[in-house]
Amino acid sequence: MASIFQGIGAATSSLSSSASFETKILQFNSLRSVSGRKCGSVVMRAGGANMDSGSNKIGGRADQLVTNAVATKADTQAASTASKPGHELLLFEALREGLEEEMERDALVCVMGEDVGHYGGSYKVTKGLAEKYSDLRVLDTPIAENSFTGMGIGAAMTGLRPIIEGMNMGFLLLAFNQISNNCGMLHYTSGGQFKIPIVIRGPGGVGRQLGAEHSQRLESYFQSIPGIQMVACSTPYNAKGLMKAAIRSDNPVILFEHVLLYNLKERIPDEEYVLNLEEAEMVRPGEHITILTYSRMRYHVMQAAKTLVNKGYDPEVIDIRSLKPFDLYTIGNSIKKTHRVLIVEECMRTGGIGASLTAAITENFHDYLDAPIMCLSSQDVPTPYAGTLEEWTVVQPPQIVAAVEQLCR
Amino acid sequence: MAASYLSKSNKIIINNIKLSKFYMFRSLNHTSSVTDSVFSRRLIHSTTPPPLLNHAGIETGTFYRGFESVSGGRRSHTATSFSEEIDQLPVEAPLQQELNFPGGKVKFTPKRMFTPGSNEERTNCYRVLNENGELIVDNDSFKMSKELAVRMYTDMVTLQVMDTIFYEAQRQGRISFYLTTIGEEAINIASAAALKNIDFVFPQYREPGVLLWRGFTLQEFANQLFGNKYDQGKGRQMPIHYGSKKLNYITVSSTVATQIPQAVGAAYSMKMEKKDSCAITYFGDGGSSTGDFHAGLNFAAVMEAPVIFFCRNNGWAISTPISDQLRGDGVVVRGKAYGIPSIRVDGNDALAIYSAVYEARKMAIEKQTPVLIEALTYRAGHHSTSDDSTKYRPADEIEWWRDDQSPVKRFKKWIESNGWWSDQVEMEHRSSIRKQLSQAIQAAERVEKPPVADMFNDVYDVPPKNLNEQQDLLTKHIKKHAQEYPSNVAV
Repeated sequence: MASIFQGIGAATSSLSSSASFETKILQFNSLRSVSGRKCGSVVMRAGGANMDSGSNKIGGRADQLVTNAVATKADTQAASTASKPGHELLLFEALREGLEEEMERDALVCVMGEDVGHYGGSYKVTKGLAEKYSDLRVLDTPIAENSFTGMGIGAAMTGLRPIIEGMNMGFLLLAFNQISNNCGMLHYTSGGQFKIPIVIRGPGGVGRQLGAEHSQRLESYFQSIPGIQMVACSTPYNAKGLMKAAIRSDNPVILFEHVLLYNLKERIPDEEYVLNLEEAEMVRPGEHITILTYSRMRYHVMQAAKTLVNKGYDPEVIDIRSLKPFDLYTIGNSIKKTHRVLIVEECMRTGGIGASLTAAITENFHDYLDAPIMCLSSQDVPTPYAGTLEEWTVVQPPQIVAAVEQLCR
Repeated sequence: MAASYLSKSNKIIINNIKLSKFYMFRSLNHTSSVTDSVFSRRLIHSTTPPPLLNHAGIETGTFYRGFESVSGGRRSHTATSFSEEIDQLPVEAPLQQELNFPGGKVKFTPKRMFTPGSNEERTNCYRVLNENGELIVDNDSFKMSKELAVRMYTDMVTLQVMDTIFYEAQRQGRISFYLTTIGEEAINIASAAALKNIDFVFPQYREPGVLLWRGFTLQEFANQLFGNKYDQGKGRQMPIHYGSKKLNYITVSSTVATQIPQAVGAAYSMKMEKKDSCAITYFGDGGSSTGDFHAGLNFAAVMEAPVIFFCRNNGWAISTPISDQLRGDGVVVRGKAYGIPSIRVDGNDALAIYSAVYEARKMAIEKQTPVLIEALTYRAGHHSTSDDSTKYRPADEIEWWRDDQSPVKRFKKWIESNGWWSDQVEMEHRSSIRKQLSQAIQAAERVEKPPVADMFNDVYDVPPKNLNEQQDLLTKHIKKHAQEYPSNVAV
């Protein structure tokens, strides 16, 4: 299974120069806060180090990145796993850790979904929680997505903080009525009287030959719904942080996980941390071109980045993480620096996240662009079952390399 | 081979007949020893044995159909005594064999018999007050205090007057939309009276009486209808989409039956926090066809959630009559399919509704079970101000239900017969409400609409950057082109 060793986060990189570590943890830059929200907890900024100072730590960190496109065996960097602080775990375990910490912290947090209880969830994100917290707090539901999402909304309006798990994001299409007409709306239409602090999460995206119905990219369908927030996690570090942030948020949040990323391994800090829901993550700073991506495509991009670096290009890779609203601050700063944008996404060409992002960038940063925005997305076809065909529906690293070469001509 | 099989099955049939007669006889004996008066009354009127009671006195609904006995499961006393009888009868081959399937023990039968889609006799309807406002049961077995009865009646009248006046206001063009509760005043007020304010209400849209009972003022109703800045919903929903966190009444959402699973969720949260309260949700006969209804009931049963499902079966879903909406004996029989105790109630009988909801609430909380109540009534008004129901149903039918079967009239007769009410008081009350309403309407009409700035609040807890930008753009635009926009709406 894919493993990734990523020296991400202030923890690992600045620990090697431990002096400033303490200050880094306590620092949360409210300038960066997109919504003016005051965060009480420790907020680890994406990428850890202070962006504004453009410290050379970031450059150093990039060398440690060994990325892997997809679920294939890869060479792991054997370096210093033993002596580093923090603990190593897989992405689904990171999600579970975040979930467990929040359930421990607040008795109102509960989980609902199919097979989440004693079975532990079909991707084992809720494994062990039913034994620990009782059947009532980790609830197995019958098969009716619209209804258990409705249940979650009702429970949220009357005081609980439920997390709804869709066994596969595609099944949440059945819950669209509740999500769009009630979840996103009731806080508004009730005049602010009833809040819905619900988290809806589940795996989506194109997997390994799961068939068209189980390879849906729901972020394109949901992005229009007013009142909800959408985030997509891609590493164990941000998975845990986003899970915790989503649970603590009073807004309905949809957390998109990816079927193929559950077994990614990473070393994450032991200390508690919560990430900002509206922030993008700087994966690899660069000068020549801004590549915007999220979820699994991040790994395809990083693999392409290796090739590009060998060819002499210096791409800046940003994992946008927040799909609604977009972190136009980070994205804007990057575009102002590089003047070229490539969006790499897994959504369909029509009406996907890339389409919206293209529009948003054109509207806001048109003057800074030296080349038209290019968006690489999946074709407008249902995902075929045959492995080779399936590969071709998803953007591949060579396509990314070719696109960059074309844009940077 | 076939012949011998037939004769064997004949023997089985004959044995079954013997059995059944025996069973019938036995169950009659059994039940006659039960001293429940309502029960024995039912015995007199029906030819088939009455439903069996379990030890808690709740009808398990084990019906006896022909030769078949569909066992009610572990709760039914008589079922076990039935099998004892079987063992003693001389038979050729063992009749009873059972198997422990996933889901429980099931007895086999060689008789191939389909349970009919519906019985000849429909589920009985619980009623306490007849059309003349007279108590059918003993006066002693139904006690209601004068205060409560008078309060219920006055609220029913207020609801009626409110509906008439607001409907007129819509017709005059003062509000854009309205929907009346004519014919369902008893359902609204009596069910609310039987609950406590801590019970969460998930309404469909024809239950403003519940809010009225809990203390929503006429002015607050008017404010919501006019969508002015005092509206609890801040002018964001269309008329009649009331909501009040203070009174535990979830804001009405236009989507049909989505509130059903939400109520189950609320009940689940009460169960988790071990609260001494329940949730109630209302829906119509039309709403009972939706997917959310079925899954919601199923969930509530599986989760043993303390929720009351109140179906207002008023015979019409806009223009769809009940015969086009469902087959089968209405909505009450569906409760059994999901394992939920259910009752059918006369929806025009305030006392019966009060009694049923009171008991249902007790059951829901003490036994942590959902309960289904089907109230049979008639939608005496149009679906809404956008509808003219004389287009699809006869005017005299509407009139008959509205006047002869009026729940308000019936209850009035009862309280008058107790000496608790008089025509004089009625006149005074009605004219007082009318006056208050017209004042409320005038006041609400004059109040400003919510400012444009409020349009962007509450989408999220804190407005995000993109919404702030959009608000900025809009405000600037309005200020620049002020002459194109109404001057009485603040920016």
